[in-house]
Amino acid sequence: MHELSVCQSVISQVEQVARAHDATGVSLVQLSIGPLSGVEPALLAQAFPIAQAGTLAEGAVLELESLPIRVRCRSCGAETDAAANRLLCGACGDWQTTIISGDELLLTRVELIATLKPDTAEESAHV
Amino acid sequence: MCDTCGCNITPGNRHLIQPGGKLARTDNGRTAVTVLQSLLSENDVQAAHNRAHFDGRGILCVNLMSSPGSGKTALLEATIEALAGELKIAVVEGDLETENDAERIRAKGVPAVQIATGTACHLDAHMVHDALHALDLDGLDIVFIENVGNLVCPASFDLGHHRNVTLLSVTEGDDKPAKYPVMFRASDLMLLTKADLLPVLDDFSVDAAETALRHLANPAPVIEVSSRNGVGLDEWIDWLRSELRTQRLRLVEGQTAHPAIQADGARLHGLDPAHTHHEHHHHSHGHAE
Ligand SMILES: Nc1nc2c(ncn2[C@@H]2O[C@H](COP(=O)(O)OP(=O)(O)O)[C@@H](O)[C@H]2O)c(=O)[nH]1
Ligand SMILES: [Mg+2]
Ligand SMILES: [Zn+2]
Ligand SMILES: [Zn+2]
Repeated sequence: MHELSVCQSVISQVEQVARAHDATGVSLVQLSIGPLSGVEPALLAQAFPIAQAGTLAEGAVLELESLPIRVRCRSCGAETDAAANRLLCGACGDWQTTIISGDELLLTRVELIATLKPDTAEESAHV
Repeated sequence: MCDTCGCNITPGNRHLIQPGGKLARTDNGRTAVTVLQSLLSENDVQAAHNRAHFDGRGILCVNLMSSPGSGKTALLEATIEALAGELKIAVVEGDLETENDAERIRAKGVPAVQIATGTACHLDAHMVHDALHALDLDGLDIVFIENVGNLVCPASFDLGHHRNVTLLSVTEGDDKPAKYPVMFRASDLMLLTKADLLPVLDDFSVDAAETALRHLANPAPVIEVSSRNGVGLDEWIDWLRSELRTQRLRLVEGQTAHPAIQADGARLHGLDPAHTHHEHHHHSHGHAE
């Protein structure tokens, strides 16, 4: 069970984002997790409050997005859905596939409370 | 740098960072920042540093993972004997401290550092780094890491090693790859250990175990080995020699190797012209640059 250490890593990344934007707090943290990431979403959700206590992210809502498992076939090129323990091509049945989604463990979105400094506002204008 | 950023943008998840850019106002006036960063990026940065320690000295680092009691320490003992006088080995021992695995390795005349994992269910790159600094790495050929006996957690952590070897003992059941897909997908080599017991077991099929591994889209070789009667040890030792040779050729080309688990993301990363370094830096807020 390493979900607590994963949460602590999330919080430290979220704090870096918050500090970079001079935020006073964080209202939402969104993670995207694939079934093949090795992390259990339910355990992550349990560990989150412990990890966020006393940090800039205290009180933030955790949103977990689960991503589907998708594979691309190296024989026929098809992109199909697959199950965690059957990563076979859904079109031709070949096992020589490449995962294109489903093994992610990503911090995807952070919502910050207060302050959009002039320089960060300018930064956002480039994007 | 994409090889150390830990980011795994793929065609399957790229939509998450588009459109609307990374900074946007939400309806209630808050600032939303779109990030796309591996949750393990701190570990991955440390792992890249560990890999640099190995690569600077031409060392191959192999991570051994299995359930408790599948024969990792026994395999290391047999391996040390087989390679005595040929290759210089050291062992980072991460399995339960109480088992005295490090003592067993030292008794074979090889340096071993015991990591105090406490109740940890896996090793991470920071723990391994501390252990590396307790070892004299100069002149070594192979460093083995014996991970915590656990088929779930260790697979998610890059330690800076080059190859993952997963041990499945024939007393455990041939359906383990299907039950622990994250672990077995990460294997660069699957060893079916305690093969001396195969004749007395009627419920373990080597073919079924291999099929279950292929169903995870994993082309890794499968070797039956026994530390007890020596079956398959030659093949395992040849695999090690060949991996060491290949790794040293890679180093000459200025390249290195990552264990199986990162392969897909890294390959797609490289193939994707839209995913430039510039774009990456835009999306990796707060990442140590
Ligand atoms: N029959 C048989 N038993 C083995 C073999 N390798 C290890 N064992 C036994 O399996 C048990 C666990 O081995 P150990 O190497 O400590 O496993 P670890 O926890 O993975 O390091 C010990 O009782 C060993 O004697 C083998 O090749 N054949
Ligand atoms: Mg052991
Ligand atoms: Zn196909
Ligand atoms: Zn160092």
